[in-house]
Amino acid sequence: MAPQRASPPGKFVVVLDAAHGGDDGGGQVGASVAEKTVTLALSVRLRSLLTARGFAVVTTREGNVNLDGDARSQIANHAGAAACLSFHASASGAGVHLFVSSLEPKQPGRFLAWKTAQAAYVERSLKLAGALNSAFQHGGDAGPIPATLARASLPGVDSMACPAVAVEVAPIRGADRAIVTDVTDPQYQAQIVEALAAALLEWKTDWETDPAHGGGRQP
Amino acid sequence: MIPRYQKIVFVVLLVVSIAMAVVLVRLRERAHDRLLKGEDVAPTTAPAVAPAEQATLLVANDADGTLVTEQRSLPLPKDPGARARAILDKLLEVYAADGSTHPVSGVPRAVAQVFLLPAAGKGAGQLAVVNLAGAFADGHPSGIETEALTVESICGTLHANLPQITEVRFLVDGASRATLAGHADLTRTYLTAEAVATTTPETGATP
Repeated sequence: MAPQRASPPGKFVVVLDAAHGGDDGGGQVGASVAEKTVTLALSVRLRSLLTARGFAVVTTREGNVNLDGDARSQIANHAGAAACLSFHASASGAGVHLFVSSLEPKQPGRFLAWKTAQAAYVERSLKLAGALNSAFQHGGDAGPIPATLARASLPGVDSMACPAVAVEVAPIRGADRAIVTDVTDPQYQAQIVEALAAALLEWKTDWETDPAHGGGRQP
Repeated sequence: MIPRYQKIVFVVLLVVSIAMAVVLVRLRERAHDRLLKGEDVAPTTAPAVAPAEQATLLVANDADGTLVTEQRSLPLPKDPGARARAILDKLLEVYAADGSTHPVSGVPRAVAQVFLLPAAGKGAGQLAVVNLAGAFADGHPSGIETEALTVESICGTLHANLPQITEVRFLVDGASRATLAGHADLTRTYLTAEAVATTTPETGATP
């Protein structure tokens, strides 16, 4: 299935990137569940939720297709997105891990180096990650979701010219570190997606009221 | 009809051949015995047992995504490259142990070599090239957090024990590899200062 591409200029666009896909299954997150399946499920769920709320959403993939990091970045950069979320899943750790590129923040120039394009957006990416983290802490009806915020070198995200955050979903664990809720749990996924949608709604409100964003293309 | 003198010559030659074969075999056995007697089986130098020293490990904790400083006592060689490898071996041994805060399956010789080279940057410092075993990378759990923690803990541990190391690059089986297990970028040069920034206070010494 072809990825969705809709990017009217000056419109608030969200890019959702389901990591891995096709031959690249990513890690194993369950007995027989590949990471690519969970990331796609999260992307599709959030896309449906955001579209229903009037967001313009672009997804990097809608099916089990091969897509390298450069192709994902090209889709995100072509969309001129105000927010880019790259979904990952892992059997390690607990809760939701939010990652912002570890590139040193730089002032945007006329041209951006492909491999470090994210450097010009790191500060806004950190703000976006803060908004997402806050949404997870507040949670919804089901309560807060444990979340951590960190920096990491992210090959796909580092080339994105938009506020970008990698969202890695890990199981919920009890005090003895045993898994209480697996990443494949539909209710857990729905809870995460609800929190992300709430955070993006807040991000959109800020974006629309801040003239400095100039339509979302400039950091 | 074979003449009598030819028969005698044939018998004499046969006897001489057998005698020479016996002599040769005997000489070979004697030479072998002499060789064994002359070989000095005792070691020429005493085995170098490095004294146990305190090493600082930056141990990853998956529960909160942090690096925790721990002191361990282990024999450390004087050569910086061998020293770095011994320390990293200990770090990965901690990860492979039961009840690890950052479980990573252990493999023999997970760190094949550590090479120290002058860093290319302006400041003085060294670049450590860490050559990981392919089996270690293949068996590493997949995920941004777990892979990033492994990379950061290696970088931080190297810097904590060998402060001259300011940059780290990774190889797997002697060749460059895109990611550790699908996420952490192994094509870039890591600055050890980045790992140190995420470290939490010391928890005490463990033998």
